[in-house]
Amino acid sequence: MSFTLFIVQTLNGLQFGVLLFLIAAGLTLVFGVMDFINLAHGVQYMLGAYLAVMFYALTGSFVLALILALIAALAFGLLLEFTVFRHLYDRDHLEQVIATFGIIIFLNQAVKVVWGAAPLNLPIPEALAGTVQLMPGLVYPVWRLVIIASGLIVALMLYLLVSRTRVGMLVRAGATHARIVSALGVDIRRLFMIVFGFGTMLAAFAGVMIAPILSVEPGMGDSVLILAFVVIVIGGIGSMRGAFMAALLIGLVDTLGRSFMIDILRLVMPPSPARTVGPAIASMLIYVLMALVLYFRPAGLFPAKGRS
Amino acid sequence: MSMLAPAMPVRRSARTEIAVAAIFIALALVPFAAAYGAQGYILSLFVRVMVFAIAALAVDFLCGFGGLITFGHAAFIGLGAYTVAIAGAHGVTDMAITLPLAILVSALFAYVTGTICLRTSGVYFIMITLAFGQMAYFIAGSLAPYGGDDGITLPARSTLFGLAVFKDDRALYYVTLGFLAGAYFLLRAVVYSRFGRVFRGARENPTRMATIGFDVFRYQRIGYVIAGALGGLAGFLLANATEFVSPAYMSWQRSGELIIMVIFGGLGTLYGAIVGAASFLLLEEVLAGFTENWKLIFGPLLVLIVLFARGGMVGLVTSIKARLTRG
Amino acid sequence: MANKLLMSVAAAAIMVASGAQGPAFAQEKLKIGVVTTLSGPAAVLGQQLRNGLQLAVKDNGGKLGGREVELIIQDDELKPDVAVSKAKALVDRDKVDFVVGPIFSNILVAIMKPVTEGGTILISPNAGTSNFAGKDCNPNFFVTSYQNDQNHEVMGKYAQDAGIKKPFIMAPNYPAGKDSLSGFKRFYKGELADEIYVPLNQLDYSAELSKIAASGADAVFVFLPGGMGVNFVKQFRQAGLADKVKFLSAFTVDESTLPAQKEAALGFFGGANWAPDLDNPQNKKFVAGYEKEYGGAIPGSYAFQAYDAGLLIDGALKATGGKTDNKDALRAAMKKAPFTSLRGKFKFGNNNYPIQDFYQVKVVQVGDKFATSIDKKVFTDYQDPHAKDCSMK
Repeated sequence: MSFTLFIVQTLNGLQFGVLLFLIAAGLTLVFGVMDFINLAHGVQYMLGAYLAVMFYALTGSFVLALILALIAALAFGLLLEFTVFRHLYDRDHLEQVIATFGIIIFLNQAVKVVWGAAPLNLPIPEALAGTVQLMPGLVYPVWRLVIIASGLIVALMLYLLVSRTRVGMLVRAGATHARIVSALGVDIRRLFMIVFGFGTMLAAFAGVMIAPILSVEPGMGDSVLILAFVVIVIGGIGSMRGAFMAALLIGLVDTLGRSFMIDILRLVMPPSPARTVGPAIASMLIYVLMALVLYFRPAGLFPAKGRS
Repeated sequence: MSMLAPAMPVRRSARTEIAVAAIFIALALVPFAAAYGAQGYILSLFVRVMVFAIAALAVDFLCGFGGLITFGHAAFIGLGAYTVAIAGAHGVTDMAITLPLAILVSALFAYVTGTICLRTSGVYFIMITLAFGQMAYFIAGSLAPYGGDDGITLPARSTLFGLAVFKDDRALYYVTLGFLAGAYFLLRAVVYSRFGRVFRGARENPTRMATIGFDVFRYQRIGYVIAGALGGLAGFLLANATEFVSPAYMSWQRSGELIIMVIFGGLGTLYGAIVGAASFLLLEEVLAGFTENWKLIFGPLLVLIVLFARGGMVGLVTSIKARLTRG
Repeated sequence: MANKLLMSVAAAAIMVASGAQGPAFAQEKLKIGVVTTLSGPAAVLGQQLRNGLQLAVKDNGGKLGGREVELIIQDDELKPDVAVSKAKALVDRDKVDFVVGPIFSNILVAIMKPVTEGGTILISPNAGTSNFAGKDCNPNFFVTSYQNDQNHEVMGKYAQDAGIKKPFIMAPNYPAGKDSLSGFKRFYKGELADEIYVPLNQLDYSAELSKIAASGADAVFVFLPGGMGVNFVKQFRQAGLADKVKFLSAFTVDESTLPAQKEAALGFFGGANWAPDLDNPQNKKFVAGYEKEYGGAIPGSYAFQAYDAGLLIDGALKATGGKTDNKDALRAAMKKAPFTSLRGKFKFGNNNYPIQDFYQVKVVQVGDKFATSIDKKVFTDYQDPHAKDCSMK
């Protein structure tokens, strides 16, 4: 367990955490402000990746593909909002879960019909495809650093947006006292639409950024969705700060757990069982973490203030 | 009316009784009808329906009456099923041992996890039940001696005092039906009892129940254990029906399907859970027969049911009826 | 009202379950059930299986063994209990003569009993677990692919012969993954850089890649089928390891994953019993026919083994005069493997698993597409090591 390996794994964990944050941010916003559980959020991530692949094939430029994919994903998100989600805001959570689950089922199959079941590929932009030497004996793919950087920039932007602007103020107020905000004459419908559209674009952005690393395939949003929920629950629903901290926590715990669990177990048991028990425990780690956090802090690490 | 509004007024109306009687009579007649068709297939399909109906009943009991939305109930099915499989792998196949054991194991798991989960509420409860479900899933996948992720085939179906009672598909069918009826009437009795009133009351206003002097947590935990035990029973039956056990039985998608079944049928009605399990599984079977892309139909159907058929199938029937009688 | 609805649901279900398949006395048609995975990310493999079998029927003029064929295709959704139910529907409701499938081992384990216990013949065009090759071998079960360990053994043998010093070996943490690495180690006797198992369906291999780089391995051997392989290969290339570390694999770079891996997989090695450019006339015809029929896609092993399953049925039925009712005669006919396999030489061992040649294959570019290509023969007439545990002759 060398030191450089530890550094690399920490970077990997950070990259994973940042990705989770991009997805969880939209989820926690929509959940916090609109009290709307949107399971279809993971599908937006998948759609972002698929759209980028499609636009890349058309334009041959990653930047163009990114921009077009974000616009198309936003348009699609708003279409969904207008036709389905809008009618679900005043329903209870269970109904929202079922309806948005129906949308997952539909879209997972639909991308398969449109783009085929085979995994697709989005290349890394030429200039960012290589590796870089961070310190002696430590080379790291540039693209992963790009993901970390862009995620941190988005986080900073979100922080400024939420803490310094009028919309941000409404979002903060909406997360805790939606009724009062609405009674004060704010067009809550419009606010909802802005928040929703924004969340959708963040998820699609995550999808585009990760597409060069992961294969683009039907159902790719499902596992990420569950992890994003773990993140926002650990962080405290509606809390952007909580989502950020929890995303990094989960990213690090999962990555470090996967890479060092076997070594740790080897200290206490023979290598052969350690090799098979290790991955099982590593997979479980984030759920154990969530159960522990909720046991001691039943409303997450950073509960949005005033929220019951 | 929202689906999570106070559970349907708990009354033993003649209409409910007739509907319930009709469900069980219809189920009791299935094997006779099946004798004219592909018997083995129809029986296995309906055994699956009834097994999931038992699990869905437990979920309805928790969600519809206790307001405890569980997203990890498939874990109990898996625990029950794995108890049968692991006991079988060690040569214990008699249901006089494995059935109580399956129920006991799941009840115990429910007691321990319930103690932790019930500290939270709302969405946090949903997620923490998911967490325990996932843990059970990964543990099952790591059981290398019992097939790991591939699952394990049972040496044979369970015996009763050495007799191969389940050898005949019909016997398994009627035993499952018996357990389903038992589970239904048990839960109904519980819901109507003094315990049930507190359990339901805790969902509407836990603070009030606590003020009156009830230890809400204890009541909820007992409810959770009952639901867990029923999940274990369903798992015992599922293992016997498929003669195969795999971690896939406890995936989070399965837990989600159980909730969908309950909503499909109508939350907080108990018999709706049976209708829901039946319509969910049969619909899946029918649609999959039509087209490979059946999910393109199934997904929107879920959306439509939420948007236009509040109260699920049972609610749909009630509202159509109300409209008809109004003229 | 509620009860009427219920009655009609029940009635509809029974109708669907029994009547919908048309007159049962249409004896002339040969019914073949197909259990394959058509939903989820793994659908790409399941589609190849289906396509391969459909093509075999089509190339024979819609007939196998002189009888019109009706394929009844079922999606197992990669859920074992769903697969059991679908398998029972095929055997019980549709009264199929053969079941072809599935892709995945866990589905195979689940459907074995319901399909074969009534005498229906199960032909696996992919999954070949060690238990059914050994002590649990079954006279009603035939395999046109391989025993699961074998492609890994090919790579182990290659690593041993090619003088690899310190390979890093990795597979998912499930039974097939363990079979894979033990298969590799059966023939590779040297030192290992490390041996690790990752959770099934892991997507990001950053942690493992860092370990590989740090371990000083001169080769990796991985078994990462489907999307896992796509991700690993891309990330392996991105981490800059491809030039330093030799890439050996099984089921990781093949025609189902190459459309997404593309250049990233160029020059990588795999172990296989076939490749699209295997040089014989029947294979050339098959590959060309497949590309024409399915939009230019190059077929993979899943498709070719399903095609061979179709040929096996065809050959066996020709031997029995198209009859399937005498199961003993049918099984005896099948055991002789009376067909010309796309891979050339093919015969069944005592356990009804194939005895065949195995190759080391290499990823090459063909026009604007990518495919595996035969590099070197590693085993000749190779039979799996479990056959000796099987009591059948």
